[in-house]
Amino acid sequence: MYDLVIIGAGPSGLEAAIQASKQGVKTFIIDEFYRAGGRLLGQLHQEPNGEWVNGLAIAENLINEAKAFNVQFKLEASVIHLEKSDNGWIIYTNKGVYKTKALLLATGAAERTIALPGNTLPGVISIGAAQVLGNVNRVLPGKRGIIIGVNPLTMAIARELQLCGGNLEGIYLPPKNIINKQDSQPLEIMQRMMGLGNLAPSMLMRIGSKFVPPKLAIQFYPKNGMKVWGIPIYMRKVVTRIIGKTQVEAVEVQHVDIEGNAIGNPEFVPVDFVCLSGGLRPLIELAELAGCDVLHKEALSGAVPLHSESMETKQSGLFLSGNITGVESAKVARAQGKVAGQAIVNYLQPTIDPNKELLNRLAVGVKKARQEALIQFKPNIEQVRSTVYHQYKHG
Amino acid sequence: MTYMKNNDRLRVLNHPVLGAVKAESIYLNFNGRQIAAMEGDTIASALMANDIKNFRQVNPQAQNRGIYCNIGHCFECRVQIENDVTVRACLTKVYDGMQVSSIIQNK
Ligand SMILES: Cc1cc2nc3c(=O)[nH]c(=O)nc-3n(C[C@H](O)[C@H](O)[C@H](O)COP(=O)(O)OP(=O)(O)OC[C@H]3O[C@@H](n4cnc5c(N)ncnc54)[C@H](O)[C@@H]3O)c2cc1C
Ligand code: FES
Repeated sequence: MYDLVIIGAGPSGLEAAIQASKQGVKTFIIDEFYRAGGRLLGQLHQEPNGEWVNGLAIAENLINEAKAFNVQFKLEASVIHLEKSDNGWIIYTNKGVYKTKALLLATGAAERTIALPGNTLPGVISIGAAQVLGNVNRVLPGKRGIIIGVNPLTMAIARELQLCGGNLEGIYLPPKNIINKQDSQPLEIMQRMMGLGNLAPSMLMRIGSKFVPPKLAIQFYPKNGMKVWGIPIYMRKVVTRIIGKTQVEAVEVQHVDIEGNAIGNPEFVPVDFVCLSGGLRPLIELAELAGCDVLHKEALSGAVPLHSESMETKQSGLFLSGNITGVESAKVARAQGKVAGQAIVNYLQPTIDPNKELLNRLAVGVKKARQEALIQFKPNIEQVRSTVYHQYKHG
Repeated sequence: MTYMKNNDRLRVLNHPVLGAVKAESIYLNFNGRQIAAMEGDTIASALMANDIKNFRQVNPQAQNRGIYCNIGHCFECRVQIENDVTVRACLTKVYDGMQVSSIIQNK
C-alpha cells in the first residue's frame, strides 16, 4: 500500500512527487512512456532575455530530485482502470495492480488531429511527434515539409524544427470542413492569435500590430505569406489534400477568402513530410472513470474534471494536477504539481496546521507562473479557472 | 543564431542549444536491410533517420502506414521483432543486431 500513487511522470506529476515525498509521503509514480518527463522532454523555448529553457534538462533535474526523496518509478506501464476502495484507490495497469491511500491524476494533454484526405500516408505525423523526433530522438521528420494548423504550439515547434536544421516550406491552414471548423477560417485564427500576448503570437503581432484590427490584417495579408524566423506563414492558404502513392509526395494548396472559402485554382507543393497541428485537449479519461464531473471550457482547451484551487476532486483521496485540468505551459503544470503535492500531504496528515498557509502560498505561485508563461494556449485562462473553483465550492 | 539547412542527412548530430550526440554505432535489420542506429534510438527513430517512412502495409492495395504520434498513443507504427512479437516502433528501443520486419496483412 502506497501513501500516494501518481499517474503521469510529466512536470506536474514530478513536482507533486517531490513536494509530497520530501515530507515523508511514500510515493509511487507510473508512466506509460519509456522515459519519465512527459511532454517536457521535447520542449525548447527562448526566454525574452535570450536564455534557453531546455525541457530535457529540466526533466532530468526533476527526476533526480524525486529519486533522491525515494520516489519509485514504474515506466512503460499504462493505467487502464481505477477503482475506489475502502481506504483509497486501486490502480490497474498492464504491468500490475497497485493500491494507494491518495491518488493523483497528472496525465497531461493529448493532441487533436486534423481531418483531410491523405492524412494516413506515411510521412504525415502530428506536430508533437515532430517535436519528440527532433529534440529527443534527434532525427528530422524528412527533407522538406510543411505544418498544417496555426496555433501557439505550431509556432513553438516550427522554431524547434528549424533549430534542428529542418527545412520547412511553410505553415498552412487546414481545409474547411465539418471537423476542422473554425481552425480553417483565416479571420478567426488571426483574431485568436492576436488576442494572445506572448511568445508565439507576438510574431503575428509584428505582422499586424496592436493598432491594426484583425480583419484588416487578414484582408491585406500577403498571398505569399509572411516570414517568421524565415518560415512563411500562409494565413490565406489551406491544404486541401495530401498526395502520394506509398508515402507523402506533395500537398494540394488552395488560396482562400477570410472565411476559408476557396478562391482560384489549386497549386501543388512537393514535400516529403507533413505535420498536423490541431491543438491540444486535456487527457481526462481516467478522471471520468473515477467518477469526476466534467465541465466544458474553451479557455482550458476542452472538457476538464471538476476540481478545486487546491487540486482536490469530489472523490475522497483523488487529486488532479497539470494539463488534465486545462492546457497550459509546463511552468504552470509544475506550479500546480506543488499545490497538489501539498494538498495531498495535508490530506494524509490532517493535524498539521501550518501546511494550510503553505498551500495558499503555492496557489499564488500558480498564478505567477501563468503570468510568466512563454506560451499561452488560450486567452482568459485565469478568469475561467476561477469559475471552475467557484463551481466546485458552490455548484 | 545560424542554422545549418540539413537536406541530405536526417540525423541531428549537432544542435545549437542541445549540443552534440554520438553518431550511429549499432545496426538493426529491417526487412533484410541493414540500418545504422544510434544508442538510445527507438525502432521508429532509427528507421526515420534512414529515411524509411513506410513501416507496414495495411492491405495488398498498398495502404501503407508509418509513425503518427511518436509517443505510443496511436498504434500506427506497429512492427514485428524476433519471434513474431508485435511492438510499437516508437516505444521500443533498438539493440545491436535486432531483427525488425513489417507486418503485411494479406486480406
Ligand atoms: C505534443 C505536445 C507538445 C507540447 N509542447 C509544449 C511546448 O512546447 N511548450 C509548452 O509550454 N507546453 C507544451 N505542451 C503542453 C504540455 O502539456 C505542458 O507543457 C506540460 O508538459 C504538461 O505537464 P503535465 O505533467 O500535466 O503532463 P505531461 O507532460 O503530458 O505528462 C503526462 C504523463 O502522463 C502519462 N500518462 C498519461 N496517461 C497515462 C496512463 N493512462 N497510464 C500511464 N501514464 C499515462 C504520459 O505518458 C505523460 O508522460 C505540449 C503538449 C503536448 C501534448
Ligand atoms: S507512432 Fe503512435 S504509437 Fe507509435
